Amino acid sequence: MNQPTDQLGWLGVPLAILAGAVGGGTPFLFVSLGECLTEKSGKINLGLEGVLITGAMTAYAASYKSGSPWFGVLVAGAAGMLLGFIHAWLAQKPKVNDIAVGIGMISFGSGLAFFFGKAFIQPLAPQLPSFDLGGWSANPALKAALKICPLFFLGVGLAFAMDWFFKSTRWGMFVRAVGDKPDAARAMGISVTSVRTLSIVFGSFLGGIGGAYLSLFYPGSWTERVSGGQGFMAVALVIFSRWNPVQCLWASLFFGGAQALGPALQAVGVSGYYYLFNASPYAFTLAVMIATCSSKRSLAGQPGALGSGA
Amino acid sequence: MRANTHHEPPPLELVNITKRFGSFVANDQVSFKVEPGTFHGLLGENGAGKSTLVKCIMGYHRADEGDIIVDAASREIRSPQDAYQLGIGMVYQHFTVVPAMTVAENLLLARPDLPQVIKWKEERERLSEFLESAPFKVDLDARIADLAAGQKQKVEILKQLYLRNSILILDEPTSVLTPQEADEVLGMLRKMVLAKKLSVLIITHKFREVTGYCDEITVLRKGKLAGGGRVKDLSVPEMAAMMMGEQRRGRTIEKADRKPGSVLLEIKGLRADRDNGVGAVNGLDLQVRAGEIVGISGISGNGQRELVEVLGGQRRATAGEVIVAGKSFHMTRREMWESQFYILPEEPLRNACAPQMSVAENIALRTFDRPPLSRAGILKPRSIRENGRKWIERFKVKTPGENAPIASLSGGNVQRAVLARELGSGTAKVLVAANPCFGLDFGAVDFIHSQLLEARNSGVAVLLVCEDLDELLTLSDRVVVMSGGRLVYEAPVEDADVAVIGEKMAAH
Repeated sequence: MNQPTDQLGWLGVPLAILAGAVGGGTPFLFVSLGECLTEKSGKINLGLEGVLITGAMTAYAASYKSGSPWFGVLVAGAAGMLLGFIHAWLAQKPKVNDIAVGIGMISFGSGLAFFFGKAFIQPLAPQLPSFDLGGWSANPALKAALKICPLFFLGVGLAFAMDWFFKSTRWGMFVRAVGDKPDAARAMGISVTSVRTLSIVFGSFLGGIGGAYLSLFYPGSWTERVSGGQGFMAVALVIFSRWNPVQCLWASLFFGGAQALGPALQAVGVSGYYYLFNASPYAFTLAVMIATCSSKRSLAGQPGALGSGA
Repeated sequence: MRANTHHEPPPLELVNITKRFGSFVANDQVSFKVEPGTFHGLLGENGAGKSTLVKCIMGYHRADEGDIIVDAASREIRSPQDAYQLGIGMVYQHFTVVPAMTVAENLLLARPDLPQVIKWKEERERLSEFLESAPFKVDLDARIADLAAGQKQKVEILKQLYLRNSILILDEPTSVLTPQEADEVLGMLRKMVLAKKLSVLIITHKFREVTGYCDEITVLRKGKLAGGGRVKDLSVPEMAAMMMGEQRRGRTIEKADRKPGSVLLEIKGLRADRDNGVGAVNGLDLQVRAGEIVGISGISGNGQRELVEVLGGQRRATAGEVIVAGKSFHMTRREMWESQFYILPEEPLRNACAPQMSVAENIALRTFDRPPLSRAGILKPRSIRENGRKWIERFKVKTPGENAPIASLSGGNVQRAVLARELGSGTAKVLVAANPCFGLDFGAVDFIHSQLLEARNSGVAVLLVCEDLDELLTLSDRVVVMSGGRLVYEAPVEDADVAVIGEKMAAH
């Protein structure tokens, strides 16, 4: 693999897809893991789109002000927790619908971010470091593709850790019990409200970190269009991965890769159907959904209390 | 988890327990004792105060007066955790297992001392060891959602045994089970009681379970102790009298001796699928004549529910034909009215009511669009309310008023209201009833039985689908058994052999 970039040609397409899977998939991964935890406890948080934007803004601002991108990541997580707490508080009020609250929180989160973020659109904030795993290669395209943010590895570890958490810890079992049958959990003396509050707040923490990745690594700047609806997609991703954190990982990589298809094809000169290729993640999702869904049974793995208002 | 104790269970005694909610006295000076290693029945009609009493024992409520004595000392029980410390556990009427989890996970989840991190290998070994000595065998890796109701109830009981509770309180544990499942579960518990490993306090409505399994009973009526004693010294009528009071002894209507008339309901080669697309009713042929009750028995899940749903218009038949009074019948509202076809589906609140609409409106659901309840397509709300009041009174529906949402009524009263709508006019020609007495108390059961028999005596063709075999044999003129979506047995009730019926039910 010693060709110069422009000679990479069609080989650049799979490479770009792989790079996109890792680079573009990471925010999906964090948001979907956060949503997975939230939904496992029986509530939906559509507000993660707002959390993502708020996270991106606060991370950028904190990194710019403090000079430390990692401090930015923490602040983004904290901002997410704050929004998560509001969601948890509102969504668990009697007769309140969590989806409606979530939609409100999207407007609230993004409005807040746009308001405070105006001042940070121009300046350049310190970016997150990356592992250069492509040091062995002389090919600049390959090198660029193998620059991987530590957050990605953190996210991969987290996916497996969450899987273990749900199966083998006291609190993990509590979350599943509360999400599937709150009455049963109550009968066992588990506080449904506390478990859900913690799940929503921690889920939003992860959403905030997903936002930090957007503004501090890839694409690596703060604009009002930084998310492009990735928070919504993450909610779909969780359904797509049947509420399983490890499958959230595969689904996020898949989405990230599919997103890179359009630009990659454009780079090799296939520009005719640019917008069509950009829609490919959605088309793929539909295709996989149709292939894996069966009319004979309802969605396996769906927490019983989800969307029931219970 | 507590040490493995092989001692016999401690005695449990209630002394003068009184519990008030505001000015309402739910329990008034109730005393009784559950001797170690006995099966004790707690009987009473709905609202007699049984649940309140056991909730006092479990620590959900605190008694205003009186003592709960466990192992010879008066105990303060403030929470279910306190009850657990004393070795008392409860199995609730509704399942408290988590459907998405496996049996093993559910057993562990019940432990108050569940460790932060679960070492699955060790825990599984301990669970298998526990199951070796347990009375039922259940697959540890099975997901609860995939289990039948009987299996789920077994898991609930296993949970209590796993916690090493030695006094078990069961709140109508068999209301969701078939008679076969109930016998298996209660039989196993009975064995543990006989071995002096367990005391059982069971709330039940079913005399069959009292005479079959209980050593002693305590009867509550309107919150007060109404009687009790050893089961072998009491007859069923005596127990019923204690529960209901002499004055309300059931006026069971006699089955009039009459020959069945012409065929009013005919089902030909009917087929229907379950929600998952698998065949549930697989070519069913059946005729019901005027003035007879045909009882369909069978283990739940053999197509009875789907059959009733087809007859009620809730499910599409994939093949076959239904003929009512000689005309092809497609379950439309018009046809139902023209042929006076009525239906009393199971879970009436879900299948036969608009829950948030008023009792009067629900009673009017069959007739609201014709005089006298409406004129020229305009409803007459006052007539609807008056009509509601009339039927509420005649069918003794206990409701705060005809404008109360029907969902606020108890199960027995919802059933009475629906019965008033379906049978009240007295013009019914065909009636389909599915588990009409499920989960109701004796007073309501007696009322519904007499209504069904009265309808039969007046020439209605009644198709009764019922999981309670005793009830079915009492009411029916002809018994059929449904298994695997087909009829596998048919006999006039005089010739029906319970042993053969049981065999046919289980054959599939």
